[in-house]
Amino acid sequence: MSDQAIVEKLKAKFSSEILDVVEFRGETTVTMKKEQIVDICTFMRDDFGYNLLCDLCGVDYLGKSPRFMVVYNLYNISTKQRIRIKAPVAEQDANIDTVSTVWGTANWHERECWDLMGIKFNNHPDLRRILMPADWEGHPLRKDYPLQGPDREPYQGRLS
Amino acid sequence: MGVEQPKTLGSGFVTTSLDKLVNWSRASFMWPLTFGLACCAIEMMATGAARFDLDRMGILFRASPRQADVIIIAGTVTKKMVPVIQTVYEQMPEPKYVIAMGACASSGGIFDTYSTVQGVDEFLPVDVYIPGCPPRPEGLLYGLMKLQDKIRAERNTFGAAIGVGDVIHNKA
Repeated sequence: MSDQAIVEKLKAKFSSEILDVVEFRGETTVTMKKEQIVDICTFMRDDFGYNLLCDLCGVDYLGKSPRFMVVYNLYNISTKQRIRIKAPVAEQDANIDTVSTVWGTANWHERECWDLMGIKFNNHPDLRRILMPADWEGHPLRKDYPLQGPDREPYQGRLS
Repeated sequence: MGVEQPKTLGSGFVTTSLDKLVNWSRASFMWPLTFGLACCAIEMMATGAARFDLDRMGILFRASPRQADVIIIAGTVTKKMVPVIQTVYEQMPEPKYVIAMGACASSGGIFDTYSTVQGVDEFLPVDVYIPGCPPRPEGLLYGLMKLQDKIRAERNTFGAAIGVGDVIHNKA
């Protein structure tokens, strides 16, 4: 099934959820509202065979509203097809439903996203930090996090 | 009058000769811990392998901190790694020495970021710093020889070993 046919079926089933469809150099990206993300992902897995979640990541568009975007890169192992789903997440109380019930691998990806971006995943079975130490404060991959850490003076350039 | 001399066995012929014996044995059998953190560890392994051959200097990597005299901090130290390094360092028996190998262990190197320790001397007493990114095996060998010089220049090592006073560190 072509990407276009998949997008058409998505549009038919979740017409009110689709925000944007972009095709660029053979890659299809569908932007969806976050509320029904679990249903959308289950639909993608069961009806189109996207049985592998390659990556789940957060993007920080600082200054834009909504600020965050959660990106799901899906892969169909049998047909070798890829598709990308994006869901915008607002800065205030950033949260989105977990898809770890759809793909087990989402568990650790969502922990990483929580750790570095500070996006909460509702109903996640074990939402702990995964890369930073357990007692770390803040989410370092956010654009407004100081690169050298909050306890140091920022680098001012060479003095000489 | 009133100036307190450090407690030692003195500097007589017998004690200094015994110090020399202790220093000779410590400098001749420096056993580093098998411990690497990043690309510097690859150079450290190359130094231990056939071409540069640390074994000829009596330097054998030990897989247990209980048997090690030296810890070579070879690589980038992240803040998450600090408690691990501290635990391993505290498990080593005295006397123990620390070599900061490479730019990262000495100063944080290019990783001037929130997650990286800006030099291992923030939490360990470093004896020798080796520059380079990573240092070539010759660099590590030179650093180890500098540490041997430092050990040979120590005084009252015999006295400290039998419980009289502390080791006096002199400039090599």
